[in-house]
Amino acid sequence: MNDIIVLSIESSCDETSCAVIKNGNEVLANIVSSQINIHQKFGGVVPEVASRHHVGNITLVIDEAIKEANIDVKDITCVAVTQGPGLIGSLLVGINAAKAFSYAHNLPLIGVHHIAGHIYANHLVQNLEFPLLALVVSGGHTEIIHMTSHLSYEVIGKTRDDAVGEAYDKVARVCKLPYPGGPHIDKLAASGKDIYHLPRVMLDQDNFDFSFSGLKSAVINLVHNAKQRNEEISIPDLARSFQESVVDILVGKTLKAVEKYPVKQLLVAGGVAANSGLRNRLNEEIKHYPYLKLIIPPLKYCTDNAAMIGVCGTFSYLKGERSDLSLNGYANLDLK
Amino acid sequence: MYSVKVNNEEETLIVAYHLGKKLFPGCLITLDGDLGAGKTTFTKGIAKGLEIKQIVNSPTFTIIKEYEGKLPLYHMDVYRINDDEDLGFDEYFYGNGVTVIEWANNIRSLLPHERLSLNIVILSDNARHLKFTPFGKKYGQICEDLKHEKIID
Repeated sequence: MNDIIVLSIESSCDETSCAVIKNGNEVLANIVSSQINIHQKFGGVVPEVASRHHVGNITLVIDEAIKEANIDVKDITCVAVTQGPGLIGSLLVGINAAKAFSYAHNLPLIGVHHIAGHIYANHLVQNLEFPLLALVVSGGHTEIIHMTSHLSYEVIGKTRDDAVGEAYDKVARVCKLPYPGGPHIDKLAASGKDIYHLPRVMLDQDNFDFSFSGLKSAVINLVHNAKQRNEEISIPDLARSFQESVVDILVGKTLKAVEKYPVKQLLVAGGVAANSGLRNRLNEEIKHYPYLKLIIPPLKYCTDNAAMIGVCGTFSYLKGERSDLSLNGYANLDLK
Repeated sequence: MYSVKVNNEEETLIVAYHLGKKLFPGCLITLDGDLGAGKTTFTKGIAKGLEIKQIVNSPTFTIIKEYEGKLPLYHMDVYRINDDEDLGFDEYFYGNGVTVIEWANNIRSLLPHERLSLNIVILSDNARHLKFTPFGKKYGQICEDLKHEKIID
């Protein structure tokens, strides 16, 4: 059988990325142009600004990826692109580039769900085996997904308010730490102690849903009340207390799901998978489940990247899924 | 100025819900108040009044979130934005939806004159004082209507 070479594009948020994936598990190129320095001064991703930078970067990353992969355009089998969810202006830049490329070179076009991409990043570490559970944690998502076969997704739990990454950014703001908040809190937490006893919201409930809004409010109230009493708050201790609560909730809910759904693999996906507190705890807890394999992708495949879209796109291609030139972007898109 | 004291999150949501029901295309609501005052909670109530079914959460990470309902809702958090940055606000302010801006004081010079300004003052862990200042006739009428319905004083 001929090699399947997928050219993939991801532009759903603030990274412009193009990758070339061979046979679903070999990364020939994965070019990521991050806008993080641009958005840092705003303390978050500004949609209008992100779109403009995607437009400036998209053809550059495509050229770079093809060059680095050392392939000829005629070697490419199909084009895969993130169609949602994400920022609509950002998504459309990648989608239109993908459409133009597929039209110009007469290649099949495949739309890929961003979260499915995050899950399939794990396939670059180890072949996916079913059934499996995936914990997806990022700036925009907090979900537990059950899969019994390729490309079939059942969302068994999700956040009822803020995504976990959003809670990190907000708590970083309270602690006057820079954006993005996650890495800063993670670093400070290592030197702090869990002395503030923050709530573990919804951990006792018999479902797999999350809520981080209450935890965020608890942090704000703690800081506010301390200020009124002229008491000093230890930022490392607060960071540790917050992180312990988040990790307790994420890991607690995930293990509950593992008890209910007998699976072979537990995957972690999304930017918050880079968090050392979460990684350490999962590595510890997984020892109680000798039959279960834990997969956490390397950092470069946790954050947004086109390689993961190319992997998922390969499976979609093999299944016969095709999009036509009417392919559109969707800010909100359910995983089905 | 119009105002009302609320004892908890539920009461905040009720006030915001009734406000949301009265909004029309091109409305601008600005929200100010300390961290944790309840700006996002208030926006959730407005969203309910606009018959938005999706989960409305904090736009900290993406700064602007858009939702579809009876009218579109544009929810912004301009905590770290300054007056001198043009982020395409006019397209929202003069669009077909309702714009809600958290930390609006940070971009005061970019705001159109006509708007409804809400300042949320923290009284205790749960109680809040909601202070409304309408700019322009249309927003004055909305406040009068809410007062007439005994939602605010």
